[in-house]
Order: sequence, then structure tokens, then C-alpha cells
Amino acid sequence: MAYVLRRLLEMVPVLLVVVVATFFLAHAVPGGPFDKDRPLPAEVKARLEAYYGLDQPLPKQLGNYVVHLAQGDLGPSLKYPGWTVREVIGSRIGVSCALGFVSLLVAVLIGVPVGVLAASRPNSWLDRVPMGFTLVGICVPSFVLGPLLALVFALGLGWLPPCGWGEPEHFILPAATLGLITAAPLARLTRGSLMEVRSLDYVRTARAKGVPPLRVWFVHALRNALLPVVTYLGPAAAGLVSGSFVVESLFDVPGMGRLFVTAIINRDVMLILGTTIVYAAALLFLNLAADLANAALNPKVARGR
Amino acid sequence: MSAPVAETLAAESGWQRFRRDRAAVWSGWFLVAVAAVCFLSPWIAPYPYMEQNLAHSAMAPSSAHWLGTDLLGRDVLSRLLQGGMISLFVGLIATAVALVLGICYGVVAAEVGGRAEDLLMRGVDVVSTLPLTLVVILATVVFGQNLPMIFLAVGGVSWLTMARIIRNQTRELRGSQFVQAAESLGQSRWGIFRRHYLPNLAGTIAVCATLTVPGVMLLEAFVSFLGLGVKAPMTSWGLMIKEGADIMEECPWLLVSPSVVFALTLLSLNFLGDGLRDAFDPRSSRK
Repeated sequence: MAYVLRRLLEMVPVLLVVVVATFFLAHAVPGGPFDKDRPLPAEVKARLEAYYGLDQPLPKQLGNYVVHLAQGDLGPSLKYPGWTVREVIGSRIGVSCALGFVSLLVAVLIGVPVGVLAASRPNSWLDRVPMGFTLVGICVPSFVLGPLLALVFALGLGWLPPCGWGEPEHFILPAATLGLITAAPLARLTRGSLMEVRSLDYVRTARAKGVPPLRVWFVHALRNALLPVVTYLGPAAAGLVSGSFVVESLFDVPGMGRLFVTAIINRDVMLILGTTIVYAAALLFLNLAADLANAALNPKVARGR
Repeated sequence: MSAPVAETLAAESGWQRFRRDRAAVWSGWFLVAVAAVCFLSPWIAPYPYMEQNLAHSAMAPSSAHWLGTDLLGRDVLSRLLQGGMISLFVGLIATAVALVLGICYGVVAAEVGGRAEDLLMRGVDVVSTLPLTLVVILATVVFGQNLPMIFLAVGGVSWLTMARIIRNQTRELRGSQFVQAAESLGQSRWGIFRRHYLPNLAGTIAVCATLTVPGVMLLEAFVSFLGLGVKAPMTSWGLMIKEGADIMEECPWLLVSPSVVFALTLLSLNFLGDGLRDAFDPRSSRK
């Protein structure tokens, strides 16, 4: 418990660094949120900037921002008048969370069994064929797989809608793209780690004393072999985040990834900051969760800390 | 293959081991070929890559345009070569940036030791959990979408793994007897770095670099795909895939050729990196 608390406290300075860095980067983006095709009258622009506090010196703005942030206030959105950043993000984050969760589920449900299967018959076709596929999966990025899947299943076969959001079938292509991309490294990791564990003494001992083979495999070997896999899930979530930018703009999904990209294009400084902070916090929490899961699986880790 | 491991290691040099890895060797040759045609593209491309010919817009592959033309009537093959040049350029230069940063950070961390080292490495752990893609996107937008900034931004977030590996290796070297001997003979830290660390790290660095290139190329393609990287009329493979994906219903050839070439290049880079690692870095070879 003290460990969790310490890790949570460690996140505060990290997030602060993220805020400061993003703050200056976002404010350095050339062009302002009020630059339109037809320039606003200087007076109107000045009043708008004064209203949002954008006319104050940057360090002061940063100070204000951090104080508000500490109270959970992410400030107003500059491009969605009348909306706070919190409301804008709140309206989008559910979509991205759902998509990310389903994708991760797809990745684990495909990646781990494939890795186990491959490791159970090393160097047979059961190993070679799936591992060949995973190698392709590692090298084909989401922005190649996504359009190709859409080309085949939506435009070629007409089974699925090419883009859109709202119906359950809209989930399939984006989740498949993200899930398959993540499943490939998971499968390789599972296989490699199982291969290593199965030659260890304790596994041989278990087999020698007559534990049924399936029990050795799933209870003795797999539990240890899954440690690196669980650790990988944290960084994998980070991969899902960047993948989600691509997938969301590709399949027209109204989620966080597209929000971030449009915020940059719109120069909506507050929204850029808000989305980056939410992403950073989410990743830090996911990494903590992965570490805790690891400790639950591995008594050595739990005692060591 | 049947020879005992110790004997094989002693009798063969790294290159001999590497040459037996057929996938890696073929990947190497493939990459050489791709790089050659891309970098020679100003002279050998069938058409100038930005030449528009609206009379021939959106034509399927034919004998005049082997890979077809895009909406503005530009030859896809010529653009593919030019885009490849940019993508490979980014891959090489950004990797060099990452290499320099990673080596400096890793060696310095190992040299200072103690609590400072722990702090430095903990910093790397923390930074690697952050959404760095967002930072790259922001940085390219802030500093203008020009090539040098893309090199710096992409390289600037790709050095973390390198720093970890270099630090571990340097620490090992630092405790070794020949380094201690050099220290007791009064060689300077810089001299030790140059004469002892660098030569011993060279293999690791080469392997690391080869395995960094695909990640870096992926990042550039990704940023370009979002429309925030390389700008028209220049192109890169990521941008071509994006443009192809936008109109894949009408002109699938615009999507297929850059996707296939990009994926094959990444695949070869991974094969080559794995092959080099197995041949030159027996300690971390595949289990």
C-alpha cells in the first residue's frame, strides 16, 4: 500500500514536467486560435485574448494554469466556445477507452494463445506459420493495416461499414487494426518467455514427480512466463494511444486521438494541453497497474520492493 | 550447426556467422537495392516526381506508368523513389541523433555512478512511459515542418533504449580489469572513453542502431500520415500511404505500392538487425 502511495506521489513531479513542457510547446505553435481566413478586428482579438487570459506573460499564464489544474480544472476550450476542456474531453474519452479496452482484449486473446501454441510445438508448422505472421504484424504499421483491412472487408467484400461510429459493427475494423498490431509482439513475447521457462529445473522437477503435463504447462510454466508479457502491456497501451490517432482519423471515430490532432490543427492551446495531460496520466496509471499485476503474479517482485 | 557452441564461437568471426543467416543477408541486399534506387532517383526516375499531367490523372498501372499516376497525374513510381529517399534519410539521420544522445547519456550515467546514476536512469524510465508521439507531433508543428526539425524531433525521443543498453555495457566495462589498469596508469576519462569504451561498445552500437532505424522511420511515417510531417510537394512513404488511403476506393494502387514497399523495408531492417545481433552479440542472442 505504501508502495502504491509512493508511486502515485512520484507521478506528480512527472506530470508537472509534462505540463510545463507541453505548455511552452503548445504556446510556441505558430499561429493563434483566433487567426481565421478573414482577420478579426484587432480590438475584438485583443478582447478575446484578454477574456481567456492569453495577453498575460507566459510564466503567469503557466502559474494560473497549474493552480487551476490542481483543482481539476483544465480551462476553457478556445475553439468550442462555451465548453470547458474537461467537458470536451469528457465527451470523447469514453469512446477511446472503449476502443482501447476492446483492442487490448483482442490483442491478449489472440496474442497469448498463439504464443502458447507456438511454444508447445517449437519448430513445427504450428510454430513457424504463426510466428511468420507475427513478424509481418510487427512490421506492418497501423496506418497500413487499417486501410488494407478497410479495402478488403468494407469496400471489397462489403461486410462492414468503412467508417463511422455508433453501431456495434463500427467497432470491428478499428479494434481489429489496433488489436492485431498489438497481438503480434505479444505472441512473440509469450513464445520466447515460455521457451525459456520450460527448460528450467523446476519445470523438469514438476514433470519428473508426475504432475500431469497440462498442469505443468498452464500452472507451473505459464504463470512465470507471463511476467514479461504483463510488463509489456503498459508500453503496449502507449502504442495503442499513438495507434488510436491513426485509427480514429481513418475510421472517423470521435475519440481522443482525433481530438488531439484537430486541437493542434486549430491551435487550441488549452485543448492540446488538456489532452496531453490526460494521455500522460493514463499511461502512468497503466504502467503502475502493470507493475502491480506483476507483483501479484510474482512473489519475488512483491518482496523485493 | 552440429559443432559444439564454444568451438563455433572460437572458430568463426562474426561475419561468418552473419553470412549463414540467409534471411538477414537477403534483407541486407534488399535494403542496399532499395537505398540505391531511391538515392539515385533524381537521375533514374522515369518522370520528375512533381511533374503534374492532368490529362493522365489517376491512371491505373500501365507500361508508361508502371505503378500508375495519382490524382494530379504524377508518376507514382517516381514519387515512390523520392518518398523513399526522404524516409530513408530521416531513418538514418534521426538514428544518428538518437545514437549520439543515447551514447552520451548512457556513458555519463555509468561514469558518475551512485545516486546520480540511479536518478538519471530513473529519469529514462519515467520519460519512456510518456506519450512521446504527442511530443514529436507538437515539436514538428512548433518548429515548422522542415526536414532538419523532423530529424531532431524524431531522434530526440528515440534514444531511451539506447541509453539503457549503453549504460549497462559501460558499467560492465568500467569494472573490468583492463579499464582499471588504464585508470591506474593515469589515462584520462576521455582517453578511456575513446580507447576502451568505444571500441568495445561498437558491436552493441551497430546492432542498436540497426534496430532503431525501423522505429524511427515508423515514427516519421506516422507523423506524415497525420499530415503534420513532410510537406507537399515533397513526399515520404507515410504521406503517400495517407494520400492513398484517402482515395483507396477509386485508386487502390495509390495505397498498395507505398504500403508494400514500406512494410518490406521495415521487415528487412528487422531481419538485418536480428541477424547482426545474433552474429555479433552472442550474449544477448535469441534463446
